[in-house]
Amino acid sequence: MSAVVSLRDVHKSFGAVEVLKGVTFDVGPGEVTAVIGASGSGKSTALRCVNALETINSGEITVCGHKIHDPALDRRALRRDVGIVFQSYNLFPHLTVEQNIMLAPRSVKKLSKSDARALAHEVLEKVGLADKAESYPEQLSGGQAQRVAIARSLAMKPKLMLFDEVTSALDPQLTGEVLRVMEDLARGGMSMVLVTHEMAFARRVANKVVFMHKGKVQEEGPGAMLENPQSQELRAFLSNGL
Amino acid sequence: MMPLNLAQFEYLAHGALWTVGLSLIAFVGGSVLGFIVALGRISTNRLIRLAAATWIQIIQGTPLLVLLFLLYFGIAILGFDKLPAIISAGAALTVYSSAFLAEIWRGCLQSVPKTQWEAADCLGLNRFQRMFQVILPQALKIATPPTVGFLVQIIKNTSLASVIGFIELAQAGKVVNNAIFEPLPIFLIVACFYFAMCFPLSMWSRSLERKLHVGSR
Ligand SMILES: Nc1ncnc2c1ncn2[C@@H]1O[C@H](COP(=O)(O)OP(=O)(O)OP(=O)(O)O)[C@@H](O)[C@H]1O
Ligand SMILES: [Mg+2]
Repeated sequence: MSAVVSLRDVHKSFGAVEVLKGVTFDVGPGEVTAVIGASGSGKSTALRCVNALETINSGEITVCGHKIHDPALDRRALRRDVGIVFQSYNLFPHLTVEQNIMLAPRSVKKLSKSDARALAHEVLEKVGLADKAESYPEQLSGGQAQRVAIARSLAMKPKLMLFDEVTSALDPQLTGEVLRVMEDLARGGMSMVLVTHEMAFARRVANKVVFMHKGKVQEEGPGAMLENPQSQELRAFLSNGL
Repeated sequence: MMPLNLAQFEYLAHGALWTVGLSLIAFVGGSVLGFIVALGRISTNRLIRLAAATWIQIIQGTPLLVLLFLLYFGIAILGFDKLPAIISAGAALTVYSSAFLAEIWRGCLQSVPKTQWEAADCLGLNRFQRMFQVILPQALKIATPPTVGFLVQIIKNTSLASVIGFIELAQAGKVVNNAIFEPLPIFLIVACFYFAMCFPLSMWSRSLERKLHVGSR
């Protein structure tokens, strides 16, 4: 079966600075790919390119059959297939949890109010926050907010989920609840790409680990790769405790 | 002993009504035009951004008095003389308000974090939905106090419309004063009228501001 995400020799510069210097990797259907690497190595940029939030300078990216590098890309169709969750949750502060989740299904998929509400409760159940439907984002803890952000994405029934360091802003005792939700998703067969600093999580949940170093994929392999790093760079990265 | 008779007082009250009317025209017209200019200022199209910025710069750099003369005599030269002064005055104040409201609202729209646009985009909302369902509701909350504050400025600025013969509150005061020459009581009454219009708005604006600060911990 063909890959859900495939990057081929992707180059991306901001001004004169080349941030991605020929990135290539694939994500198979139902697979979880963890992208790791030092700060500034281009992980977020790669993820943003996958979701067409940045335009690439050269190379090819295909996501769920959509050619991201194609100027004629149908962004709306892409958005229907891909969900993304950011480190900073980005919930809409003027809407309740339930309204946050209902907004896109109602506006984009034209679901009726009652269908959208049922859907909101279904996804909230999935992230264990059914009782927070009426709360506003500011009333939530970081872990709860992030789970709502995940639920909001899931409500659009994406085929692929992208996560950019979704636990990095959280207190250590709150990361567990978010990682559990992601692990459930992975076990449910969702294709996922996650940028993460949680090495233990990557080792346990990811089918594949991609180690980025200075804008390139330095090393990739199964989770076990983290126990037996081949390259000097990965060894250094892992021993630095990050 | 009241120096004004009832008819003169009514004349002032009538002028006050015109001040309210002109303020409303300026505010409604200025809001519609100003909102369009504000959207233009944050457009993704460079030319539209430039056009909106130029509009704001030119209008903000021109005294209202000059705008009033320009529109009054300009319209007359174009062959539409005998237009009621309220049209020229309303147009000048609309143009004037549009530039200031656009700039206030641009700031409010831009103070909503970019990540909110991005989150809405990633959920599949189109530009229109992003603007009206995500950005505008948040900007509105920030925009209300300075907008109400500007409304007070508009009310006071309507007094300049007297230069093109529009009889609003200040001009009515002058007319009555020309008849009976009792400037102090007359203009005290005029000031009271202005105060009665502006003070509640100022209070409202201030209370909105307080609420906003409490709400945004
Ligand atoms: N919009 C931008 N404009 C200019 N430079 C940028 C932009 N976004 C990222 N960069 C630069 O690109 C490089 C890679 O950034 P990126 O955010 O992809 O790194 P990262 O691997 O996600 O790091 P971190 O672990 O800190 O999140 C950095 O040097 C960063 O300063
Ligand atoms: Mg990053």
